[in-house]
Amino acid sequence: MRAVGQFGHFLGDLARAIPDVATWRGPALVQMRRIGVDSLPVALFIAAFTGVVIALQASYTFRGTVPLYVVGTATGKSMMLEFGPVLTGLALAGRVGASLAAELGTMRVTEQVDALETLAYDPQAYLVVPRVLASTVMVPLVVALSILIGIITGWLTSLVLLDLSTAEFVKGLKLLYQFKDTWFGLLKSASFGFTISLVGCVVGLSTSGGAEGVGRSTTRAVVISAMLILVLDAFWAVVLL
Amino acid sequence: MIEFQELRKAFDGRHVLDGFSLEVKDGETMVIIGFSGAGKSVALKHVVGLLHPDSGDVIVDGRPVSTLDRPALTALRRDVGYVFQFAALFDSMTVAENVALGLQRRGLDEPEIGARVAQALALVDLTGTEAKMPAELSGGMRKRVGIARAIALKPRYILYDEPTTGLDPVTSAVIDRLMVRTRERLGVTGVVVTHDLRSAYTVGDRIAMLYEGRIRQVGTVEAIRRSQDPVVQQFIEGRPE
Repeated sequence: MRAVGQFGHFLGDLARAIPDVATWRGPALVQMRRIGVDSLPVALFIAAFTGVVIALQASYTFRGTVPLYVVGTATGKSMMLEFGPVLTGLALAGRVGASLAAELGTMRVTEQVDALETLAYDPQAYLVVPRVLASTVMVPLVVALSILIGIITGWLTSLVLLDLSTAEFVKGLKLLYQFKDTWFGLLKSASFGFTISLVGCVVGLSTSGGAEGVGRSTTRAVVISAMLILVLDAFWAVVLL
Repeated sequence: MIEFQELRKAFDGRHVLDGFSLEVKDGETMVIIGFSGAGKSVALKHVVGLLHPDSGDVIVDGRPVSTLDRPALTALRRDVGYVFQFAALFDSMTVAENVALGLQRRGLDEPEIGARVAQALALVDLTGTEAKMPAELSGGMRKRVGIARAIALKPRYILYDEPTTGLDPVTSAVIDRLMVRTRERLGVTGVVVTHDLRSAYTVGDRIAMLYEGRIRQVGTVEAIRRSQDPVVQQFIEGRPE
């Protein structure tokens, strides 16, 4: 109950800090680069190989039963609805969640957060709002690029290994496409981005116990974020599909 | 004037402050001494609202700190400079950026900030270190940057949390001289928390001994040196029993 109360208090402070645009505007741009641009290599690496695997598994599953252009359908649908958002989300839970918890945890135990307060800064406005905002905005962009890369590697795999033509792959890709596939994946990604950063900030700022405490917080942030991503994944499927 | 009024604070059932009362007059430097873990830093953090008392309060210029809302607390913090035990410099910023951060919050223009940063660093004999990162500085230099960050704000009060802890005798003497110089040139009221008696005798106008959560004795440097109180004597003479 106490933890729930503290979390509610944290959210209240966060909401109260949002109008302080002058404080969070500058740090938000820095965080957008750190969370978004710097995460691209790992996210795109995962997406590239996921696209290859989806194409090959779809071919293995459907060969001899349905026209093979459904490989395009499977690649597009899987990347947009599930693998793009969730695999990228889990990767960023590790990369971004751990980084936020370690950074803010270190700032907490070395009194840098207290120092900010004595300099008349609101830590919520200076530390939390820019990170949460940057993550909520940038994770969907990273996911969008991941989906694109996954589809491209799925297409290349179809061309080189499955003897599909580009026209057939595109036909499959368009076959069952709905605009909802796009916004569903991106909405889900935004919720993942919000969750990863919020958990990283909450856990990081509640760190105590020196270096060991920072280590504990880092692990906790990654585990909690990863679990919440899977819960949210199921939640959006139930609510929107 | 800063008044600690019957301050009580417990952590996990342990009463760290138990009726702590003390008055710090304008223009004086009050040194609070006491055994490690006696609650000296805890008392100091109440002055700027970093900790909330279980009961009692700290009154700064007639403002009861624990009852202030965030805007009022922010206004109070603008009057107070805080020097942390381990300096609490922001790792990701240069020396100049560390000193400038509080000034930016006050809405000063860039030329004014540059001049104030240069002036503050000159006062602590660190001219030329503007572009260095905190990791490149020695412990003594870090503390001096912490002092520069506090005095750049031209506060009415400066709070020093264990300013000489962990420093060699010569560097400690440099910090002591700096605290005296700060008071002489800027006329600020100071509260110094320390268990370094040489430092206390050098910088203090009055010394207060904190013991078992409350003030055991308060008086001039000479009065404390000649104290007949067995606890004060034990502390001064460094006797284990």
